[in-house]
Amino acid sequence: MVQDPFERVAIFGAGLLMTAFFLAIVVGAFGLGIRVPTCVTDIPPFDQPAVVEVAPGQYVVNVVAQMWLFNPREIRIPAGSLVTFNLTSKDVQHGFKILNTNVNMMAVPGVVNRAQARFDQPGEYLIVCHEYCGLGHHAMSARIIVEPRAAGDQGPDPARAVASALACWAR
Amino acid sequence: MGAMAISEGEKRLLRWHLYIAYIAIAVGILFGLLQVLSRARLLPPMPWYDYYQGLTFHGVLNALVWTTFNIVALLALAVRASLSRPLYSLSLGWTGFGLMTIGVAAAGYAILTRQANVLYTFYPPLMAHPAFYLGATLLIVGSWVAGANVILTYVAWRRENPGQRTPLMTFGSIVVFVLWYIATLGVAIEVLFLLLPWSLGLVKQTNPMLARTLFWYFGHPLVYFWLLPAYVAWYTMVPRLAGGKLYSDPMARLAFLMLLLFSTPIGVHHQYTDPAIGQEWKLVHAFGTFIVTIPSLLTAFNLMASLEYAGRQRGGRGLIDWIFRLPWGEPAFAGATLSMIAFAFGGISGIVNASYNVNLVVHNTSWVPGHLHLTVGTAVTLTFMAMATWMVPYLTGRALWSRKVALANMYVWFVGVMIFAVGMMRGGLEGEPRRTNLGFSPYLLPEWMPFLVMAAIGGTLMFIAGVLFLLNMAMTIWFSRQPAQVEVPISDALHTAADAPLAFERWRVWLAVAAVLIVISYTPVLTQVLQTSPFSAYGFLPSNPAPIR
Ligand code: HEM
Ligand SMILES: [Cu+2]
Ligand SMILES: [Cu+2]
Repeated sequence: MVQDPFERVAIFGAGLLMTAFFLAIVVGAFGLGIRVPTCVTDIPPFDQPAVVEVAPGQYVVNVVAQMWLFNPREIRIPAGSLVTFNLTSKDVQHGFKILNTNVNMMAVPGVVNRAQARFDQPGEYLIVCHEYCGLGHHAMSARIIVEPRAAGDQGPDPARAVASALACWAR
Repeated sequence: MGAMAISEGEKRLLRWHLYIAYIAIAVGILFGLLQVLSRARLLPPMPWYDYYQGLTFHGVLNALVWTTFNIVALLALAVRASLSRPLYSLSLGWTGFGLMTIGVAAAGYAILTRQANVLYTFYPPLMAHPAFYLGATLLIVGSWVAGANVILTYVAWRRENPGQRTPLMTFGSIVVFVLWYIATLGVAIEVLFLLLPWSLGLVKQTNPMLARTLFWYFGHPLVYFWLLPAYVAWYTMVPRLAGGKLYSDPMARLAFLMLLLFSTPIGVHHQYTDPAIGQEWKLVHAFGTFIVTIPSLLTAFNLMASLEYAGRQRGGRGLIDWIFRLPWGEPAFAGATLSMIAFAFGGISGIVNASYNVNLVVHNTSWVPGHLHLTVGTAVTLTFMAMATWMVPYLTGRALWSRKVALANMYVWFVGVMIFAVGMMRGGLEGEPRRTNLGFSPYLLPEWMPFLVMAAIGGTLMFIAGVLFLLNMAMTIWFSRQPAQVEVPISDALHTAADAPLAFERWRVWLAVAAVLIVISYTPVLTQVLQTSPFSAYGFLPSNPAPIR
């Protein structure tokens, strides 16, 4: 199609240059491991499904606080579980208090907070945001549902991790 | 006392500080009332009322403006009166006043136009209009200038009276301002280097953990900046008002000095639930916090002993009879003494807050505002109201408009805050979050309702008492025609200053010790914070989950 040899060189050369750029970026990012900041939900542990059973009866819950909700909004675990909460914020500072437990921590963007609790009593546990985070702060809450063990059930329930695929609002 | 009478110019300077304080608390308690009502679902939605705008006003106007302007006026007068020496410079005084007032106006403009709904702790990355941060800076710088005027007055006196012991009133006042210089360093760095450039758009990202840590480096000694002026009144004025003497002057000095040394290096007790700071340093700050119980208990002992002495001077016998002999019908005495009682409960609830992992139960629940209305909201506030019953007459030359209204002000506030605080604190134990418009919250639990209503009843009583106070002051200032016959009440001591070690007045040494303690306690904390938390937070407006890029 393109007759002019100079044009052909220009197009081919541009394509080559672009490919070189791509390669440079790939090498820089993955070869040298230089990463740009990313959505917090892309970074461990927040890239994992929200609720992960790491050992029988032991769970890790990765919670992202954001204006004005917690992700996940609902966490289901069997009674008797030992749960570790990893908490961060995607935007401003938030609070994270699970009523009737000793879990009480701040969610600060850029850093991860951690707390642990054992849930022996079946029932519903309210999680409230207790740090002012803007307009919808008083509506920001989540729940933990601790399910009773079936009669005769020896160990904890089989893994029932609820994969909550988080969509970064930015995308 | 009072060899050199206070000049009209000095009186005018000091009374203008009080006027600004009264305007501030008038607006402040109005929003307090709306808060308790809104939380208890007693307020319909109103388009002009934004809970968080109101709460920002409430925190800033009450906790920062009402307190600071009162403190400058009370302590400048205390130093002026106890040294019998004119203030160092009237123009310096007015410069400080002007800077603080412009600062309040700038921040007030930002809050009024809803460009600063960030509460009085202004945690980033919530971002306010630059006028808010600029206003905060001017308020602080103005208070530095006002403090310099007081300290220079003392320095001049010291030069004229070498070798003489500093009167306790001045001693306590100097401790307050020295503490204030140490404390405000943190917030000045936070605002000037982190928040102001960031809100102006000069830098896009900031470090919320570093900002929090600098804020609480300031935030804890801030509470002693509020409280120690009340201590000055309790130690050096109340015994006189009660018709007695201070039990021990040297012990009072010891308490002031201990608070100077130990109130700053413990700020991490506000950050027990924070990430990025290791447990071990949280624990160290927890231990440090408990050192502060010593001067608090010394104060409780000393003041109680002084009151008992006064009661016995007035003819009290037996174990408790002396209590009833005290002048409970005198508003200045009654208000200040009720403040002390409230502070006993405030101190005890504060020990709960300070107790490391017990803090997990109460942190950021409505327990905390329950606690702080017993301390700054009553121990300090009601003391200022009580002192105003002689200070405003003294500074304006007009007799107090109504003693009965003043008495009602003191007792109604006290009863109100006791109900309010129990409601808030019990609700907090049930998990009510603080800083939350609970009445409009979809998750409001029915078991919170009795406590929310209780807080609303107590808060309404406090509001009524506050209105009585403002009414009494307005009537005194504008309509009272009787000339005032009051003097600054200065107490003598049973155990006098002569027994106080001379080392108590080696300010340079104490400053150096304070600096060493701060370096020891904060270097590891700041190192941890800087190592673990990035400068990566874009700003957010409180109304919008999209960042400001
Ligand atoms: C009529 C009297 C008052 C009432 C009814 C009142 C009520 C309240 C309520 C209900 C809260 C909690 C709001 C929330 O967490 O959502 C609050 C917070 C607060 N109040 Fe008051 N208050 C009064 C007077 C005062 C005074 C005199 C001061 C200090 C001098 C004060 C200082 C504060 C502070 C520092 C906060 C915390 C603000 C924040 O969390 O940002 N209040 N007040
Ligand atoms: Cu929130
Ligand atoms: Cu503190």
